[in-house]
Amino acid sequence: MSKKLLEVNNLKINFKTYAGIVQAVRGVSFELYEGETLAIVGESGSGKSVTSNAIMKLIPEPPGIYADGQILFEGRDLIPLKEKEMSKIRGNDISMIFQDPMTALNPTMRVGKQITEVILKHKKVTSTEAKARALKLLELVGIPMPEKRFRQYPHEFSGGMRQRVVIAIALAADPKLLIADEPTTALDVTIQAQILELMKDIQKKSNTSIVFITHDLGVVANVADRVAVMYAGQIVEYGTVNDIFYNPKHPYTWGLLGSMPDLKNNVKEALRTIPGSPPDLTNPPKGDAFAPRNEYAMAIDYEVEPPMFQVSETHFAKTWLLHPDAPKVDVPEAISRRIEGYLKEARS
Amino acid sequence: MANKLLEVKNLKQYFGPANNPIKAVDGISFEIYEGETLGLVGESGCGKSTTGRSIIRLYDITDGEILFKGKNVLDTKSRKEMKEFNREMQMIFQDPYASLNPRMTAGEIISEGFNIHGLYKNKQERQARVAELLEAVGLNREHANRYAHEFSGGQRQRIGIARALSLDPSFIIADEPISALDVSIQAQVVNLLKQLQKERNLTYLFIAHDLSMVKYISDRIAVMYRGKIVELGEANEIYHHPIHPYTKSLLSAVPLPDPMTERMRERIPYTHEEPGETATIHEVKPGHLVFGTQQQINKWK
Amino acid sequence: MTQSKQQFDKIAPEMFTIVGGRQGETEKLSDKTVSFWKEVFLRFSQNKLAIFGIVVLVIVTLMAIFVPIFSPYSYREQLGIYNAAPSAAHWFGTDDLGRDVFVRVWQGARISLFIGITAAVIDLVIGVLWGSISGLAGGRVDNIMMRIADVLSAVPYLLVVIILLVVLKPGLIPMIIALSVTGWINMARIVRGEVLSIKNQEYVLAARTLGASTWHLIKKHLIPNALGAILVTMTLTIPSAIFTEAFLSYLGLGVPAPMASWGTMASEGNKALTSAPWRLIFPALFISLTIFAFNAVGDGLRDALDPKLRK
Repeated sequence: MSKKLLEVNNLKINFKTYAGIVQAVRGVSFELYEGETLAIVGESGSGKSVTSNAIMKLIPEPPGIYADGQILFEGRDLIPLKEKEMSKIRGNDISMIFQDPMTALNPTMRVGKQITEVILKHKKVTSTEAKARALKLLELVGIPMPEKRFRQYPHEFSGGMRQRVVIAIALAADPKLLIADEPTTALDVTIQAQILELMKDIQKKSNTSIVFITHDLGVVANVADRVAVMYAGQIVEYGTVNDIFYNPKHPYTWGLLGSMPDLKNNVKEALRTIPGSPPDLTNPPKGDAFAPRNEYAMAIDYEVEPPMFQVSETHFAKTWLLHPDAPKVDVPEAISRRIEGYLKEARS
Repeated sequence: MANKLLEVKNLKQYFGPANNPIKAVDGISFEIYEGETLGLVGESGCGKSTTGRSIIRLYDITDGEILFKGKNVLDTKSRKEMKEFNREMQMIFQDPYASLNPRMTAGEIISEGFNIHGLYKNKQERQARVAELLEAVGLNREHANRYAHEFSGGQRQRIGIARALSLDPSFIIADEPISALDVSIQAQVVNLLKQLQKERNLTYLFIAHDLSMVKYISDRIAVMYRGKIVELGEANEIYHHPIHPYTKSLLSAVPLPDPMTERMRERIPYTHEEPGETATIHEVKPGHLVFGTQQQINKWK
Repeated sequence: MTQSKQQFDKIAPEMFTIVGGRQGETEKLSDKTVSFWKEVFLRFSQNKLAIFGIVVLVIVTLMAIFVPIFSPYSYREQLGIYNAAPSAAHWFGTDDLGRDVFVRVWQGARISLFIGITAAVIDLVIGVLWGSISGLAGGRVDNIMMRIADVLSAVPYLLVVIILLVVLKPGLIPMIIALSVTGWINMARIVRGEVLSIKNQEYVLAARTLGASTWHLIKKHLIPNALGAILVTMTLTIPSAIFTEAFLSYLGLGVPAPMASWGTMASEGNKALTSAPWRLIFPALFISLTIFAFNAVGDGLRDALDPKLRK
């Protein structure tokens, strides 16, 4: 097995607001190995972006508070680090790709300079070497005519090309960990497919680990090795990509899968949705936060928060349905039918 | 076959200077039948939203004809005729935050049309109608007195739908109504739209960039690229037997929630090919239209 | 990753009956509804500086109204005591013509506040009309209207005012006209900007698809949403008008004697700076205090209207 690069233990992050303290992340734990992609999937307000920003120590304090937990990067806890030490890690060992390629680039600076700046900051190289490396990076991310593009400004690039530049900057210092926060959400599907291909390609070449934040299950299926499904500031299901898509155990995961139309088996029946709205995290509900929206909620769900139950060696889910005394509830028929369809197609 | 409700003929919408215009919509034609949903897909900047806004007359069109119930809507010049048109055709907008006036309550937003058209002048009657609309979209009648900012994104979009329904239209243009919403909320809204369509015999033009939802909700799909409709046909036909290379490329890029398919996914790249002067609409199968020259189409097949 | 299962072994079996969701609870809104303006008021009232500004303005206004009425002296009455220092009889002393400075300061406040508020109201009317027509019409009309404003604001302001005051003879009305000639341009630009951004908002498009008339759009959508910016601009126009009036008076272009504004008083007091400093200090103090108060209120209002702008 490859080396463990990142380990997050019981991370809790709060925000102080006018309305009270928002518990944005409520005890999140996961780990990431070298060369692996972990997708964190969830809806807005689930705490997925806060989690990824927390790894980069990008939570503004105040109003943010690291209330509890550890973020171990190569065995070293990042939370107590001073800003100065952290800025050495940022961009060097860990770098980040943001959702909007427009705001991630400086509009008044040539693209080449933005890349070489990062290289010069983190590597002991001359400016000629930095330029050579920057050109290589532009080529690596699939930008044609890098020599010419090097001297251009961001506004001369299309959205997809801009995101490639952002990726080139993120890769400038050979990071061990790449955090991608919805990197394709602002892009068209055809451009999204290209960027996803590019990221997988780069990962193969440089063995980078990736934390990929997204709300799109299709994208998750495309990029992830392992998946963490987040709801209301907690991971509710955690496993390999096959565990999550072919053997989902948490009713919230069922809901997410059911919300997507089944394209292959031309089904026209109503989508299975998750009724209601997500909870207010200034005052999280007692017990299981998902219970009020869960048609399979049991009496206990309104009283006691469920633990993480282990389904298999790699698969965990935070639902009382997995307790031995709980009634046996199967995956909803619409979803199991779809999964069977997928598996049958894969076998043939 | 159902009646034609809307007929768009050679619609052109240009912006900017006359000698070098931006051709947002460049001569498109299609029909929408009563009770059906036509999905209009394409990537950002292809002209799909402009098409919707031109049909509902938010823009003055550059050229072409729009026939609604057999009548050319460009002929409706008087205020009275225009108001009749407004009652028949309504729109649902993309951004649940920008589409509701932050200074108005849900009730005021939904009853705005009543003020404009002088309907339900009796206060009780009006309240009852607002409550009925709120309940039709799955909200509470008590929500009428709440301000827009108090609602979540999905709830706001429901208020927008209730507003579109307030004048009892027969045709609704839904301009990317779900793209700003979370996955589970998208499904709620799509289910609601389908249910309302059945209950009220509505006809939809559903504009979106997300092919999977469009395929699910639409009876027929029109694929738009650079201001032109390049392919139009039954939803299943377009999905399973696309002909135009752009459609093929678009379909090959849609990720599915199925890891094994995704691992084997092969994206079909598309390089733009000028359609040329002689390119026209060809009916390759009954109801399946493709834009191109005869040679191109033979090659694509 | 897993918590030990043992600690949950004692759960009663009936806890595992499926009771289903309570989705109604998740759709609930908070108990009390808060309108936009009420929220603005709440935020505003938490701003100590702005509240201080309001208190100052209320006191200054009340004093300006009542002191000249109830004072034993009139502002033009020559009492025969020249340049007397502040005392129990004359709180702010007297001037070189033997007039009571206390009553003159509050009489001056009337003139200064009147000029400031009137100029701001005129700016408001012209600016809102000009800006909203320009923004709504767009295209060539917009272009012509904004170029006119540009040309006007390019002419040196002081020159225009001085010429106007020379032609019209110094006085209250000419002063207000002078202040308004170019004063409205700022308001017009701000209103135009607001209108341009609001008119393309989806809620305005939605109202148009419902068949709304232009008047309906202005009344229901444009004004309510531009009101905040208009209010802030107006609150900040008043102190700048008061300041300009004081400045022009200082140059000798102010209201003629025996009328007094804070500016003319300061100008006269300046001559006796060493012998009777109270004649300068008191009007100067109230000019500063009032301008500060208006600015504090204006800034407080802006923060309250758009909390995101803060910091």
